[in-house]
Amino acid sequence: MPSERNPGVNVSPKREKTKKDRILQCVFSAVDELNAGLPREKRLAKTPEMVLFGEEGSLDSMALATLVVLSEQKVEEEFGRPVSVANERAMSQHRSPFRTIGTMADYITLLVEEE
Amino acid sequence: MALITGTRKGIGRYLAEYYAGKGFQTVGCSREPSEFASSYYEHFCLDVADEPRVKGMFSEIRKKHKRLDILINNAGIASMNHTLLTPLATVRKILETNVLGSFLFCREAAKLMMAERSGRIVNFSTVATPLQLEGEAVYAASKAAINSLTQILAREFAAYNITVNAVGPTPIQTDLIGSVPEQKIDELLRRQAIRRLGEFSDVTNVIDFLIRPESHFITGQIIYLGGVS
Repeated sequence: MPSERNPGVNVSPKREKTKKDRILQCVFSAVDELNAGLPREKRLAKTPEMVLFGEEGSLDSMALATLVVLSEQKVEEEFGRPVSVANERAMSQHRSPFRTIGTMADYITLLVEEE
Repeated sequence: MALITGTRKGIGRYLAEYYAGKGFQTVGCSREPSEFASSYYEHFCLDVADEPRVKGMFSEIRKKHKRLDILINNAGIASMNHTLLTPLATVRKILETNVLGSFLFCREAAKLMMAERSGRIVNFSTVATPLQLEGEAVYAASKAAINSLTQILAREFAAYNITVNAVGPTPIQTDLIGSVPEQKIDELLRRQAIRRLGEFSDVTNVIDFLIRPESHFITGQIIYLGGVS
């Protein structure tokens, strides 16, 4: 059952949060901060399927850059070490890892697990 | 809260003492330890082009100070030589410190500054670029890159109320010009409108102007000293 605070995230209260859950929460927290500065109609829904940019996306390049930096900072706070989310690998992938909130969280999880 | 690169000696050391003396909580860095000690000053030993170390330093600043108001990108190296006699290793070293280092610090500083939606970045250019000094091809080219970086970052960071400007000093009596023959320095001074060596205080005068709150409408500017344009 999705939590009330983060609809769309299936985090069972009975099990311990996985790394991926923690990272998704970091991205949602970054979304909260980004949304605070956006007009109501531009605000992002906090679901993994939320498209960030492209034809269906609602963010311009500046807002996307802001979200990536905010997510990087939230992950650093959560795991206690710096992470470079906007790295060369991310930029060279055929399908951008920043397409949706979910793909971005998956990509950051991969980076954190590799370290 | 101010961060200054290349603070072990020369202009950087002066800037660290000057801004710490003015009561700014100041962080400095250089490859070697600094002898400057003050309760307002903290030093990190690192190479400005070493991304993991630089990111680590910014992470520390973020944890400890939560913010960054001013970045002064002073660290730089020069090498005076005819192009035909310049080893590629020298070119690489100059570009790494002057261009990559400045870029890295601008990027990481902006990430901290954007949270406060304000910030001041001051880069270091040189009169060697507009004067197109022979024998300083690589140094001048590296600073031409700084000029472009300054002007474009000024636009990219403007939405976060971060200004990005550069100061372009004339030669100042520091180690940077120690190996330059006196005749070459005299030739250079003759091309300035005001024909004298620069003083450290000429540089802080421009930086003070660029970082003051009233300068929030000034960005993307390269301010040369000595009447060079």
